[in-house]
This record gives sequence, C-alpha cells and structure tokens, in this order.
Amino acid sequence: MSQLLDGLEIGERIGKRIPEAVVEATPQWVVVHPQKLVEVATYLRDDSELNFRFLSGVTAVDHLDHFEVVYHLQSFSPNHMLTLKTRALDHDNPEVPSLVSVWRGAELQEREAYDLMGVRFAGHPDLRRVFLWEGFPGHPLRKDWLEMPGGLSPGLGRFPRED
Amino acid sequence: MIFLAEWWDLRDLGNPVGKLLELLGDHGPDWLPYAVSAIVGSITIVVFLLVSLLAFAWVERRLLGRMQARLGPNRVGPWGVFQSIADAIKFVTKEAITSRNVDRWMFWAAPVLVAVPVLVVFAVLPFGEGMVLADLNVGVLFVIAVGSVTAIPIFMAGWSSNNKFSLLGAMREVAMLISYELPQVLALLGVVVFAGTMRMNGIVGWQDEHNTWLIFLQPLAVLIYLIAGTVEINRTPTDIAEAESEIVAGYHTEYSGIKFGMFWLTEYFAGFAIAAIIATVYLGGWTLWGLEEWVPGWIIFLAKLYGLFWLFIWMRGTLPRLRIDQLMGFAWKFLLPLALINIFVAGLEVLIWRENDLAAEAVLPGFAIANLVLAGVLIVAWARFLGRARPSWRPARARLVKELGAVVYGQEG
Amino acid sequence: MTMKSEPFVVNVGPQHPSTHGVFRLRLTMDGEKIVDAEMVVGYLHRSMEKLAEGRTYTQNIPFTDRLDYLSAMSNNLAYCMAVEKLAGIDVPERGQFLRVIMAEFQRIANHAMAIASFAMECGVWFTPLMWMFREREKILDLFEMTCGARLTTNYVRIGGVSFDIPPEFMPAARALLKEMPERIAEYEALLMENEIILARSRDVGVLQPDLAIASSASGPVLRGSGVMWDIRKADPYAAYDRLEFDIPVGTCGDCYDRFLVRMEELRQSVRILEQALDMLPDGPASVNVPLALRPPAGEAYARIEAPKGELGFYLVSDGSPHPHRFHIRSPSYINLTPLRDMVVGLTVPDAVITLGSIDIVLGEVDR
Repeated sequence: MSQLLDGLEIGERIGKRIPEAVVEATPQWVVVHPQKLVEVATYLRDDSELNFRFLSGVTAVDHLDHFEVVYHLQSFSPNHMLTLKTRALDHDNPEVPSLVSVWRGAELQEREAYDLMGVRFAGHPDLRRVFLWEGFPGHPLRKDWLEMPGGLSPGLGRFPRED
Repeated sequence: MIFLAEWWDLRDLGNPVGKLLELLGDHGPDWLPYAVSAIVGSITIVVFLLVSLLAFAWVERRLLGRMQARLGPNRVGPWGVFQSIADAIKFVTKEAITSRNVDRWMFWAAPVLVAVPVLVVFAVLPFGEGMVLADLNVGVLFVIAVGSVTAIPIFMAGWSSNNKFSLLGAMREVAMLISYELPQVLALLGVVVFAGTMRMNGIVGWQDEHNTWLIFLQPLAVLIYLIAGTVEINRTPTDIAEAESEIVAGYHTEYSGIKFGMFWLTEYFAGFAIAAIIATVYLGGWTLWGLEEWVPGWIIFLAKLYGLFWLFIWMRGTLPRLRIDQLMGFAWKFLLPLALINIFVAGLEVLIWRENDLAAEAVLPGFAIANLVLAGVLIVAWARFLGRARPSWRPARARLVKELGAVVYGQEG
Repeated sequence: MTMKSEPFVVNVGPQHPSTHGVFRLRLTMDGEKIVDAEMVVGYLHRSMEKLAEGRTYTQNIPFTDRLDYLSAMSNNLAYCMAVEKLAGIDVPERGQFLRVIMAEFQRIANHAMAIASFAMECGVWFTPLMWMFREREKILDLFEMTCGARLTTNYVRIGGVSFDIPPEFMPAARALLKEMPERIAEYEALLMENEIILARSRDVGVLQPDLAIASSASGPVLRGSGVMWDIRKADPYAAYDRLEFDIPVGTCGDCYDRFLVRMEELRQSVRILEQALDMLPDGPASVNVPLALRPPAGEAYARIEAPKGELGFYLVSDGSPHPHRFHIRSPSYINLTPLRDMVVGLTVPDAVITLGSIDIVLGEVDR
C-alpha cells in the first residue's frame, strides 16, 4: 500500500536541511518557497530515504489571489507519496522555477500548466504553448478568464509555423 | 504433342487464330496477318487481364475476409461479386485531383506509362502451345528488361507529386527494384542453364519433354524469384514503397480517381505477370503431365497462375512489413549469395550431364533430390550465419514479477 | 566518406494513417534518418478541465468517457475514486468488485486495440486487428448488456456503479473468459515469434529505465523498460488487494518489450477476472449519493492503473457543488515526454512503430 507521507514530518526534515524553505506544512502537503523549490526537489529526489525519483503529476491551481503549483511525488522503494506545493503570489504575473532539471517528466506538464494557467516556469527549456496556438489571448483555466478578450473569435485561419 | 491444329480444336486457341492468319496471308496483302495478329493478341491479353482483375479484386477481398474472421464484400450482387465493378465505376467517376504545385506533364504521364511494361510482359508468355503473341527467342531476357522499366514511371509519379511522402516512396521503390533485379536475374539464369533456351515456349517444351518441372530442379531459384517478385509487385511484406502506416501511400499519395486506379490496376497486373512467369518457367506452363491433351492448356496455365496469385493474397493477409534497410540487406546478404551458389551448382550439374552424355531419366531425379537438399541446407545455414532476430538471451515472453520498485534491465537483469 | 545532405522536415500527421488521431510529429530528417523530432498536439483540445469547473461532480462523469475513448470504464473509475476520496464516501464491496471486473475487461479491450494497431504499424494488413476486434466486440457486448452503452459507458458512478449486472452477464462473461486463453495463444502464434515483427521492433525506440522513471512514463511503457511498478499492486484500489496477479516487465525497453508486456497483461487480466467473478459478493452495488454533491473544501488526488498508464484525477473543492479545479493526469500525454529521445536517430518507419508502442489516444492527450 502506497503510504502518503506526513507533510509535517517531511516539512521538518526539509527545514533542517534547507532553512526557510518551508512556508507551510500540513499532514497532507508541504508548501515550499518558490526560490528554494529546485533545491528542495533535488533533496527529495536524491535523499536515499525519501528517494522520490518519480514525479507523478504537476498542475497549477488558481486560488483567485494567488496560484498554487502542485507536485505529486512518488517513490518506488520505499513505496510512498508526497504532495509538494509552491505558491506564486503575484496573480498577474505568476512565476515559479521549473523543475525540468530535476525531473524530465515535468517538461510537458509544465508546458501544459503554462499554456492553460499562465504560470511561467523560469528555466524551462522550451516553454511554449501546447494545446492552444501561439497568440491565443489569455490562459483559459484562470478563474478570471471568462471569454476571449476584445471580441476575438478562436482560430488564426492558418497554422502558426506555416509562413 | 497430338494437337490436331485444326481450327475447331479449342484446346489451343492458337489454332483458330492461326488458321485465320493463314487465310489472310493467302488472300490478303503481306502485312495483313501481322497487323491482325498484333491487334487480336493485344486485345485478348488486355481483356484477359481486365477480367482477371475484376475477378481477383473480389476474390482477394473475400479471401482476406475469411482470413480475418469477417465477411468481406457481400452487398453488391450475389455474394458481392459485382463489388469490383462498383469499385471500377467509383474509380472512374471520382474526381481526379491535380494539386497546384505538381509537375503537370509528368504527373499525368506517370499513371499511363506505368501500366505499359506489365502489359508488354504478357506478349512473350505462352498461354497454350500456339497461344503466344510474340515467340521471342530471348523471352527471358525480354521479361527481365521490361519488368525493370516500371521503376521509371513510378519515380516520375513520386517526383512530380511535389510531396515528401511521394518522393520517399519513389526513392524506396527505385532502390528496391535495383537491389532485387540481381537475385531475380540470377534465379532465372538457372532455368536458362538447364533448358538451354531463353524462349518461353522452349522452356515449357523442355519441361514437358523431360516430364519434370523446373521447380524440382531449381527449388532455391523459385523461392528467390518468388520473393524478388513479391518485392517487384509491392505487396506485403515488401510494400515499403507505399507503406501505408509510414509514408501514407508512397508514390501515389497525391493521386486520386482513375489516376490512382491505374496504379492500383498495375499492381494487380504486375502480380499476374509475376505469377505467370513463375507458372511458365518453373511450373511447366500450360503442361500438366499429359493432361493438356484432354484439358485445354490455357485452363491449366490459368489455374497455375491464379493458384500462385492466391499465395500472394495469403502472404498479404499474414505477414508484417520489413523496413527498407532490412529489405535491402535481405537482397544483398541473403538472396544474392544463395542465387550465385545456385547458378554455380546448376551449371555444374548441366556440365556433368552433358559431358558424360547421361540419360535424362537417370540423372534428373538425382539432381532434383540433390538440389532440394542443397536448398534446405543452404537456407538453414545462411540463416544461422546471419543470426536470428531474437537473441537467445532475450526471454520470449515478458518476465513476471511480484515485488515492486526494482528494475530488471538488459542481458544480466 | 559521408555525404552531406540538407535536412528536410516531414510532418507526420495531423492527418496520417498511423498517428492514432490528429497528432503531428514534426520530423527533421537527414535522408531517412531522423535528427530532430517535435510533437505538436492540441488539435482535439476540448478544454475539459475548464468545462468541468462549471458542472456538478456527477455531471462530469460523462466527460471522462471522452478522455481515453478506448477505455471509458477506467476513466470513470479514476474520477469517481477522486470524488469519493474528496467527499469521504465508501463504496460497498459488490460495487468494488464490479468496478474491478469492468476495469479489467476494459483493459483487455484496450490492449487488443493497442497490440493490433502496433501490428498494423509494423505493416500487417488488418489480420490481427480483426482477430482482436472479435474479442473486443464481445467485451463491448458485455458492457452494453450491463449499462446500455458500448464505448462511452458512464457506468462507474460516485458511490458505486450505475446498474448491477443483469443475470445474463455472468454466463456470457464466463464463456468469454473460457475461450480467451486460446485466443491469446492465437495472437501470440501470429505475432510474437514472427521474425519480421522481431526484426522491426527489437532495439527500436529504446527507453532506458532511468529515463523512463525520470520522465514520468507509466503503464506498459514504464514496465517495458523493466521497472516493476503497477499501481494495482503499489496502491491497491477497489478490490485489487484481494486478487492474485503478476506484473509483466520487459528486459530492454524497446518496442518489442512493450508489445510483450501488453500481451502478457492480457493473460493477467483474464486471471484477475476469473478470480473476481468467483469472488463477487452479494449485496448492494452502490450507495446513494446526492446528485448535487457538496464535498467539503479540500483536495484529493486519486489514481489508478489505467490500461495506458497512471491515470490520476486531482480535484480541488471549495465546498460548492462544482469542482474548483479539475485536473487530469493523463498517461497518454505524459508518456510522450521521452518520445524525442526515443525516435532521434531512427527512421520514419521506426518512429511510427515507436509511437504505436507508446499507445496514445488523442482524446486523452489533448483533453
């Protein structure tokens, strides 16, 4: 049975190793400071006891005043999970560091989160839109995205790379 | 041969035609028999091919349906027999799109030209004793030469389409034809060595005279020719020039309507041509150990031809496709050395036979058995030499595990 | 001496016979060799995550059918598990077993399609496809018998399943399971030791286990690389902890291994199904759940081993009847992460079968 690790305990461990990294810790998750994110992620991956080699999922959540980026981590042996979070407090221009350098699996998922939620992942090697085309106005999964601005209708009439 | 050569003896349709030409030669100008025979022969061949095509387009789909646990076409007419006619109407009435940036002349010329060589091949193939349009004394050479012309219209089609997939397909086709031409020629040479003639009728006559088929004397060659022929006609497992899952439809990606129909039809014609060549050269043509005296020879010939074509259908229903480098490697590494060995052995045997002036009845069964054994040994040995696709250390099935988290990888794992 | 040639770009897709939908692979080629590959997706993007935010939890179940439209049952299951986790609903035992039965039948149906299309990409002319569709058809008949739908089943509901199985289900299912081993042996005879399939798929599209783990691959793609990982065992959901089965893993991480793993999973699914049908308890199949379910504020991540890999749903609730955030961790999409590493250096035919061996469904890639 996959065990969901206690966020409080892990938060304490991270705090000992990397001071001032943990913003908030609850039994379900750990929230870390975006500036320490890469360091924390590397620690979680490389620590032999934690051994979180598998990044299960990356997604962003719009909490109206800030964005939360959620990472679901999985370790194969020992078999346990952890929910890691970070917050981008600037709602107009959210930015968190990219974790592609730690887990390759973040590449497409971060692109997806950027495309639909508009969270910029600093340091991502290829941060472009995935599902929508370049030039699409806005990021539709944001809560304040209610319709296309300026009365624009979807579709460019041609493929973006065809010129 | 106890053919009466009377005009009413329909066991050989050459009889009435011959009579007619004789009549024309006696009473008309000199050129008339030539002109009439050319017209009659060409029309007969084209009609025969078209009828076979209509029949086999349906037969193939029904057979594949049987192999694939489904019904196949069964709506148009009883058992769907008119399906191919409906398809033909569809081909003709569909819009033949010519896209904007194609090389217009070549694009239109290619589907017309592509059908010519395969039609011409049938000119030298005897359907019965007298039923051959042009009894060339270099029939085998003619068949080889004309067969390879197909590459040019196909390359024209691929090049003029202005499409990367078409171009890739055309390049593949040309590379493939060149590679497989060599084993094909060498396989046919073995026959020529034995029969001592390149005339198609002569080869059939030789087999009839010695009461044997060359498939027994040249088992390796017939296998090589069959494989090379499959490559030439672009059917699975060697349809890489129009590999549907890779390059969409290869050289005829941009073709539609009747222009595509011409390519499609040519593929069938080429299939018939390869089957006809194998039937003539290796399977005794229109002879069947005396049965041709009672049954018309052309029926025997057609039975052999269609039986071989069924083999192509079967292969299509079963085998996956090879990759281009593997297909090329197969020609150069496998077929070519074996064909060379085969022709060497054939030459040796004929030399022994002729030099010692041995009786054919005594020597041919020995050769047949020796060659059969040799073919088996060579194929197995060469396959061993080249190695199996699955190395012995790789398990044949997935490994079953119960524990979690560990990794098994590679040879040691 | 090497010949220099100008690299050119081939767009495999969006309309191509072997991209499983509208997927575009932009290949930069040097002759027939691929030097760069880039995937372009989004042609089937239906903005499900946004749409789901405007509907109630129950109304969202049909959306999940349209994700991976070849395994709707698994998608329903994963979503309902996430909602149940969020709202703290317990499903009765019979419902759990019915979920396992449907999910495993769905796995057989999906793998039949995956193996067959892989074989098609190797160039077999429809024969394995038709053979496998024969069994897939019977499975879809079972679904139709149970819930009236064949593809978009909408069967698994929050708190259980929509209908209990009808009386004619059991004999039909048992008859199908009885003939399955024979059928699987037939497919294996046709495909597994076929020299051409071997020659085509061995050492093609190799995915090293380290890269597979690092790039979040899951399902048969991960197991094909030899990583022993299966959520059915690692984090048992529904009734999987009471069932006996093994995890098939590959040796070399190439296309052939992924194909072998799927083949073996067919057998394991039959094994699971036989046990599940025997163990199916009596009792109610589901509990009553209000249609306008209001889960307490919070979040939940539930995942299952879908036929294509780890399918997860991440739901955030703010206490209203609509999810605040509805995120799908779709295996097809994330399994494409290592695609570039797998195809560079190969040729177009190899790239095509590599893509086929990953087994994507564009409904799930684009969402």
